[in-house]
Amino acid sequence: MPYPDAVIGLPAASSPSPDPALVASRRRLVLDGLGIIASAAGFGLVYGLSARAAGFSLVEGSAMSVIVFAGAAQFAAVGYVLGGFSWLGVVLLTAFLNARHLLYSAALSPYLADRPRPLRAVMAHLLTDEAFALSAAHFRRLGRADLWGYWYAAIVTTFIPWNLATIAGLLLGGAIPDPSRFGIDVVFPAAMAGLAVALVAGRREAVAAIAAALLAVAVSLAWDPAAGIVVGGLIGPALGRAVPIRAARHRYPESPLPLADPELPGSALEDAEGDPR
Amino acid sequence: MSLDLVPLAVLMGLATYPSRALPLLLSRTGRLRPAILDYLRLVGPAVLAALAAANTVVQVETLADGARVSAFHVGIEWLAVLACVAIVTWRRNLLFGIVAAVALVAGVRAVGLA
Repeated sequence: MPYPDAVIGLPAASSPSPDPALVASRRRLVLDGLGIIASAAGFGLVYGLSARAAGFSLVEGSAMSVIVFAGAAQFAAVGYVLGGFSWLGVVLLTAFLNARHLLYSAALSPYLADRPRPLRAVMAHLLTDEAFALSAAHFRRLGRADLWGYWYAAIVTTFIPWNLATIAGLLLGGAIPDPSRFGIDVVFPAAMAGLAVALVAGRREAVAAIAAALLAVAVSLAWDPAAGIVVGGLIGPALGRAVPIRAARHRYPESPLPLADPELPGSALEDAEGDPR
Repeated sequence: MSLDLVPLAVLMGLATYPSRALPLLLSRTGRLRPAILDYLRLVGPAVLAALAAANTVVQVETLADGARVSAFHVGIEWLAVLACVAIVTWRRNLLFGIVAAVALVAGVRAVGLA
């Protein structure tokens, strides 16, 4: 699907020609983001419906979506408020459920370390599963940060649909059909799996991903999915690093920072031996 | 209109923000060792795969006493996620993969098989 340059934030035709790799990666980001928009809107709607059923007012339900902006914790809070549990318990559970964000923040930090700290502070509030997944893939393709890409991933595909859908659920209530009838509930795991595959550039990433998935399921069943995701996300990369570099055949050069995707037009990357890809 | 739960939202936001912000705010250009950068490079595929697996294979229920109980789940969602992975691997197109996954789940549910 073609996108005019203006849509993806590139200069007009009279300006110097844009970086082709940036254009291609942003186009892919925009397309990938369409699925995430459906996911955020679907889950935001279900959250709004749940919050309304639990007696949340419009302001209370929306405050959760704007200030907390973390689906699993918000769903848990609805159940706990409905059950009359203490606020301390809800807050502690929130910290536990959202601990995985540490991994996202750490993984993006090498790309964003040279950005002003106040900017990073704002970016942090908008860091969700979806924002991380989309922006990590986008940065990985480019080999550097792209603020436009981050704002698109965090705000356009997630924050706006999540909050608008929350309001719709809170206002319209039972007039809305259950989104799971339409398979919306599978969008999130499918999108996360698809974006994980897009980040696999060699055996080390594959080992990290498969090990993390297996560990996540095992720990989730034994304890809780929030713990499983953190354990998988912590140990999976360590196991991936255990794959000898000689055995790991990467699409990308073996570099600490992920480099640009050689499949993108305009990419001038060469592999470790200097052969153009 | 009640505002009673707005302070709870603020407290939940305060509990969430440090995990989102600390590594981003504390990092400095060029200060991380290559081994750590190499590890962080693998965090993306690992944590996304963990999220996908946990959300596909594990179902969580909250009991009346507040306890969260995890259970193994087998369903059409497995096939849908695998279909998405296959399409992304083949076509490098996430949107096609998601559309296929949703269509599969919606179709199977529509005919009452799931």
